[in-house]
Amino acid sequence: MNNSEWPLWEVFIRSKQGLDHKHVGSLHAADAAMAVQNARDVYTRRLEGVSIWVVESKHIHASNPDEAAEFFDPAADKVYRHPTFYDVPDSIKHM
Amino acid sequence: METPTLAPTPEEQFQARIDADVRIEPKDWMPDAYRKTLIRQISQHAHSELVGMLPEGNWITRAPSLRRKSILLAKVQDEAGHGLYLYSAAETLGTTRDQMLADLHSGKAKYSSIFNYPTLSWADMGCVGWLVDGAAILNQVPLCRTSYGPYARAMVRVCKEESFHQRQGFEVMQTLCEGSAVQKEMAQESLNRWWWPTLMMFGPADDASPNTEQSMKWRIKRFTNDELRQKFVDMMVPQAEFLGLTVPDEKLKWNEARQAYDFGEVNWDEFWSVVKGNGMCNHERLQARVQAHEEGAWVREAALAHAEKRQAREAVAVAA
Ligand SMILES: [Fe+2]
Ligand SMILES: [Fe+2]
Repeated sequence: MNNSEWPLWEVFIRSKQGLDHKHVGSLHAADAAMAVQNARDVYTRRLEGVSIWVVESKHIHASNPDEAAEFFDPAADKVYRHPTFYDVPDSIKHM
Repeated sequence: METPTLAPTPEEQFQARIDADVRIEPKDWMPDAYRKTLIRQISQHAHSELVGMLPEGNWITRAPSLRRKSILLAKVQDEAGHGLYLYSAAETLGTTRDQMLADLHSGKAKYSSIFNYPTLSWADMGCVGWLVDGAAILNQVPLCRTSYGPYARAMVRVCKEESFHQRQGFEVMQTLCEGSAVQKEMAQESLNRWWWPTLMMFGPADDASPNTEQSMKWRIKRFTNDELRQKFVDMMVPQAEFLGLTVPDEKLKWNEARQAYDFGEVNWDEFWSVVKGNGMCNHERLQARVQAHEEGAWVREAALAHAEKRQAREAVAVAA
């Protein structure tokens, strides 16, 4: 009875109206409807959520951690993207 | 002449990340031994949550009130959830749920020996929550900072839920201890049986635990077995005193100089005998697990067949 393992799903939960859905973990389910129901039982037993997203894990594509340094490098030398890069005279208000 | 500096090996880079308290994530490079040790540790932990439902499940239908029954049911359901969080964490390391369950059912994988002791009286529901979950909390809290990201995050969720487990157990004990003489006796008798097996939950003494050093270096373990055991005794003795119960250890004594309790030696022969499968309930627990799994097979297969059929029907509808 092997190879009958249910597919793996990633679970995302919105903890409160107005907040983002956040990844909380994964679970196995035969289909999406069952994944949502199982996610409710596994991840929201104490009102941790007001909305649930499930995505079959095989549909998630990720950046490669071995190339993270080069991949994120373009942002590393652009300090001028941050407001703290600029000196604002003390007498200037509301900026 | 300058000595050439060798580029750090992947192992050295890995250790440097751990030393800097950088979490390791599923797709990061990791030594094989780290992966294997984690799969063993996390799945063993997951199995313990799963098998741990059995001794308490034994009392759900016989809980003395609806309140107690609802609480016990919720606790057992939490333990199922803990097992699921942990299996998911282990799966990120490349093992499968089927493989882990097969290893549990064949006896290849271990689970906590504490669940091979029987739950004979209602007071045992008190002792399991108060002592066993209490010991589990001490083991688990440091694991919230363990080096493997998915494991640490699963432990954060587990720990949030555990403290209710311990409190409800303490409440069961307190109620019995404030009740009739017979009830108090039941509480004491239960403590007598559970105290030593609970101390064994922290694992063999440090000098008999050869893997501790490597696990501490990898930060998948953050305190030694003996350190945690001492902490547990120091924490629990005053609670037992509050309940008016006697801890069954003649050598138990406050050590003013150490600011800690001295206590007797755990019966390690008993510990190893239960680990090796000769505890009172090893056979029964495993059999219950295997039976549940086998009897549920048709449900798993039917759900999958149903999902496939629906998917095929939807594909036809889209094509039309
Ligand atoms: Fe648990
Ligand atoms: Fe628990």
